[in-house]
Amino acid sequence: MTASRRHAALALLWLALLTMPFWMKAMGGYTELASRVVVMGLAAMALNFLLGFTGTLSFGHAAYFGLGAYGAGMTLKYLVPSTGLGMLVGIAVGTLAAALIGALIIRLRGTYFAMVTIAFGQVFYFISFRWNTVTGGDDGLTGWRREPLHLPWGSFDIQGSDTAFYYFALACFAVAVGIMAALLRSPFGRTLLAIRENERRARFLGIAVERHLWLSFVISCCMVSVAGTLYALLNNFTDPRALRWDMSGNFVIMAVLGGMRSFWGPLFGAAIFVVLQDFVSSHTENWMSIVGLIFVAVVLFFPRGVLGLLRSRGNQ
Amino acid sequence: MQQLILFNIFNGLIVGAFYALMALGLSLILNLSGVINFAHGGFLALGAYLAYSLMPAVGFWGALVLAPLLTAAIGLAVERLMIRRLYGRDPLYSLLLTFGLAYILEDTTRYIWGAQSLPYPIPAWLTRPLSSEYFFLTGYRLFMVALVALAVAALFIILRYTRLGMRIRAGTLDLETVSALGVNVRVLRNLNFGLGIYLAGLAGVLAAGMLGLQPTIGTSLIMPSFVAIIVGGLGSLPGTLLGGLLIGIASGITTVFYPSATEAVMYVMMGLVLLLRPRGLLGEEGRVQ
Repeated sequence: MTASRRHAALALLWLALLTMPFWMKAMGGYTELASRVVVMGLAAMALNFLLGFTGTLSFGHAAYFGLGAYGAGMTLKYLVPSTGLGMLVGIAVGTLAAALIGALIIRLRGTYFAMVTIAFGQVFYFISFRWNTVTGGDDGLTGWRREPLHLPWGSFDIQGSDTAFYYFALACFAVAVGIMAALLRSPFGRTLLAIRENERRARFLGIAVERHLWLSFVISCCMVSVAGTLYALLNNFTDPRALRWDMSGNFVIMAVLGGMRSFWGPLFGAAIFVVLQDFVSSHTENWMSIVGLIFVAVVLFFPRGVLGLLRSRGNQ
Repeated sequence: MQQLILFNIFNGLIVGAFYALMALGLSLILNLSGVINFAHGGFLALGAYLAYSLMPAVGFWGALVLAPLLTAAIGLAVERLMIRRLYGRDPLYSLLLTFGLAYILEDTTRYIWGAQSLPYPIPAWLTRPLSSEYFFLTGYRLFMVALVALAVAALFIILRYTRLGMRIRAGTLDLETVSALGVNVRVLRNLNFGLGIYLAGLAGVLAAGMLGLQPTIGTSLIMPSFVAIIVGGLGSLPGTLLGGLLIGIASGITTVFYPSATEAVMYVMMGLVLLLRPRGLLGEEGRVQ
């Protein structure tokens, strides 16, 4: 793809994102669905920072997503009614947990790494499930709402207007995605690619592989916790399902469905997955089977994802 | 108090036996084929429900024999039709596939047998407590522990002394050489998968008698099985067995003193093991990488 075509595609993508609440409605969707696409897209792209660009499979990202969600929700409920502070606390909690767990597991590789991330993911699920005096247990954390934003140049009512919240989420998305893109273009990001392509060679070149993997894990989890805080704010609610293993699996399938070797692929995967899930779960009780079939079909027939498929067509 | 602790240790032992049985099947498949079988819990539930449906026709004992075999047959078919295509690819794909299968299996059991939990009838003489002082020692529980012990012993004997078992062990170490020596690796992996699923089915039938039937019965048992494998050490079946029993007993003891940490304790154990001995209790050096 030439540079000018890439710029055009990128401009088109942002145009589509900026106008999503409008065309989503025209297509029979609703504003909250558009917000969910953006939030889940961020989560999938954050996971893909680790999966696609560092070559490390984490199957426990829901833990940090959920920690972000509970961090934001509990701050708003118990401490201060401030959306910004809630988000900061949520992100800090998620990132801190990732830093600690990352240090424990970073020496593991491949299937073993995946398995340990799955198992660690469940710790926080059980905590949120069991500690019901504080977290609300299985019923979820209720009794709080996102608050309007008070910025120096005026206030922004993300509480009352779903559209305002969409643009707030999109702004957060843009910042997070911008940081990830810049990181991947930096020498640090190139080093991650080198580790993905050949870890042993990278090690022989004197690269501190473990430290890079750890940093990549923490950055990825930090971004996924940003998505988690937004998810809680979007729903004005969070429950243990936000950090259960099936959520982690959903992130991975979004990334793979969209195309994990491309930066934007997971956003497309998330869009397809979220819209499909919304459609299927409102039409049949057996949506779990349909979602399961999506998993099976993606793995067997589109292992390189939608963007991978388009790209190989383009190259032919 | 002493009785309470004994009761919970015994309970933990039973639960640990389940974890171990599940985890051994998972471990078998993981070691030979590099597939993390997320659908293992789904197969467990399937085994339990199949036994429930078979029971009116063939009775308790017939169901105990037939249901795990049927589950294993389904497992063989699933391996042949889907999982086989993913060998040699990134483990990501087999993980995602079995993840999808787990969804499908849970939903299918719910669709066929309903979301409500069903009672699983066991012969009356098995439910009686054996002693009035140790009320928790019912016949069924002892029977279950004995059967798990028997299954584990049989598994180790198969692996140690039969030709299939030797090939599985050899293939775990170096599949390419085994293949070069003229063993049909496709059949070997298929049978190995079936063996793993058989264990899941058996665990399902036994769990049904103790916990009753619920579509989610498998998913609640699979996470501890992962932990058991990690604690015990990847690549070591005795380690997996030990890991399962240890975390079962640990959560049993925790139930006495701090019930809300029942699940958390096994993850704490896992964290400690990873911190102090990353390859797991009985894991081999080098398998971690």
